[in-house]
Amino acid sequence: MSIIQTSEPSAPRKSALPKAAGKVATSFVVILTTLLGLMMITFTVGRMVPADPVIAVIGDQADQATYDRVYKEMGLDRPIYVQFAGYLSDVVRLDFGQSIITKQPVSTDLARVFPATIELATLATIIGAGLGIPLGVIAAVRKGTWVDHVARVVGLLGYSTPIFWLGTIVILVFYAHLGAIPPGGRIYLYDEGIVQARTNFILIDAALGGHWDVFRSALHHIIAPAVILGYASMAYLSRMTRSFMLEQMRQEYILTARAKGLGQRPIVWRHAFRNIRVQLLTVIALAYCGLLDGTVLIETVFAWPGLGSYLTSALFFADMNAVLGSVLLIGIISIAINLLSDIVYRFIDPRTR
Amino acid sequence: MAKSGTFSNLHDWLISEDFTSARQARLHTVYLGWLSLVANPLAFAGFAVVLLLVIVAAFAPMIAIHDPFAQDFAMALQAPSAAHWFGTDEFGRDVFSRLIYGARTTLYITILVTVIVAPIGFVIGATAGYLGGWVDVVLMRITDIFLSFPSLVLALAFSAALGPGIENAVIAIALTVWPPIARLARAETLTFRNADFVIAAELQGAGTGRILLRHIVPLCAPSIIVRLTLNMSSIILTAAGLGFLGLGAQPPMAEWGAMAASGRQYLLDAWWLTTVPGIAILTVSLAFNLLGDGLRDIMDPRNG
Repeated sequence: MSIIQTSEPSAPRKSALPKAAGKVATSFVVILTTLLGLMMITFTVGRMVPADPVIAVIGDQADQATYDRVYKEMGLDRPIYVQFAGYLSDVVRLDFGQSIITKQPVSTDLARVFPATIELATLATIIGAGLGIPLGVIAAVRKGTWVDHVARVVGLLGYSTPIFWLGTIVILVFYAHLGAIPPGGRIYLYDEGIVQARTNFILIDAALGGHWDVFRSALHHIIAPAVILGYASMAYLSRMTRSFMLEQMRQEYILTARAKGLGQRPIVWRHAFRNIRVQLLTVIALAYCGLLDGTVLIETVFAWPGLGSYLTSALFFADMNAVLGSVLLIGIISIAINLLSDIVYRFIDPRTR
Repeated sequence: MAKSGTFSNLHDWLISEDFTSARQARLHTVYLGWLSLVANPLAFAGFAVVLLLVIVAAFAPMIAIHDPFAQDFAMALQAPSAAHWFGTDEFGRDVFSRLIYGARTTLYITILVTVIVAPIGFVIGATAGYLGGWVDVVLMRITDIFLSFPSLVLALAFSAALGPGIENAVIAIALTVWPPIARLARAETLTFRNADFVIAAELQGAGTGRILLRHIVPLCAPSIIVRLTLNMSSIILTAAGLGFLGLGAQPPMAEWGAMAASGRQYLLDAWWLTTVPGIAILTVSLAFNLLGDGLRDIMDPRNG
């Protein structure tokens, strides 16, 4: 705040950047407290588990002396804030403990499964934004016509459809009856191991290596889950786009443009749409975070080897280290995406300076 | 317009604006709301489905033609027929009857979550907005932390820790639903915070609790009711998602999400097992969305 007060009012151009930087600094403080809160939640959840963590390590056959020793070794006799500090320092060093199922550090597992989820969520967002934004714009421009009603129904259905069920029905129709898509997974088994893993994004790796058959195989697998997730975010994006556009179309500069004799197309796209791009960016970021919810269910349905499948199988086997690691990672991604959209928003929208 | 005498009189009494009592004025507002709800076909359809859900849940034992828990392996995986309208599941249980009893589970979860969440969200949001200062900062910071999680993931984490079961699912869902309510209550409270009638009440010596309950609640209520109605749709979807992952209601209880999940194993032989409960979830969730949209036009036009 001090930066803002000392800057000269007569030099608005120079003060714009430090002021934005000051705001970014404030939002970093906000982020830090949010992260701390996030870890408090995961720490609390970890302690709420009814199973005794000591028994989980030594088994229920061990004698009392062993129990007491391990109890001390695990630091369970220390005060709760010391335990929390220990948890914090573990998390900061990316040590989420070991997974019971894979017998590997949770952080290693997460690094392996995470790119698959990002790949799916990103493609879904591209599909959702690519369809939802034009639909929202058209619905706003033709408010009250059949296009608007169709957009509204499509949107409401997207809000109301249980995504795991839609996935199952798509498998039933497109795999079982039409044979158009594979039943699940990321690539065909016989394509496994051909592509050299560089980024762990299978589409990118296949394209980099020039393995176009694997690329097609991967595309074949990703298309159904990505379209279903994309549909869910399309519903949200078209609805938000519509209300943003309606707000712009009411403004007087639109009337001015009309009076100048500008055609409908330039008015809509070059005037009104230009002004909602920044707002849309924030909404797309929110939609992306929302997709992380959807991936948990859709990955389970399509056996997509990502974070969601990892989380649900960990839940099934009560593998709490893996569960908490995944949950924390998803929380951190959500915060990071929102922070990123916030920063971009502040820098590209002159009105927020 | 040949209306029967009493109804026409009642209509005139309700529509008249020369109120003779406070009760008439209140009923007048409700009646006008009802008329505009009926005039909006989509919202009315939503209302009708929600009403149907309530009736079905209330009279489940009379509507269900079979015992929803009676197993009969000789009758397992029967296709829909006159005896079993939606077929039978892998234990030979009647899917239609389980669907009817599932309405109870859905309604139970939805109502319980809403009843828990509404006062908590309101108290946190209104207190933050009314008191301001560091109370506001701290309460909204906590709210934002909960908001920063995708809601299903947070609900998953809590139900994983609490263990499976319908009550734990309710708690887990409630923990993810209150933050948007608190945000809304805070925003609404801020618009009334410095209104003359609040200051007048303060000058008369009313305490914080009295001002919140007697003056802020009635004004925030419409927009919060609208939001709660829209929320019911996402509560239903989250509950179904938890049930699908085996974390919600436990067998043999009938729950639509769990029914759809167990039907997945027999997807190719018995499509009805997954399809029917899914359509039920979709219909009810859509109904709450339509009703909420309609209610917003009637009760809360500012936020439309």
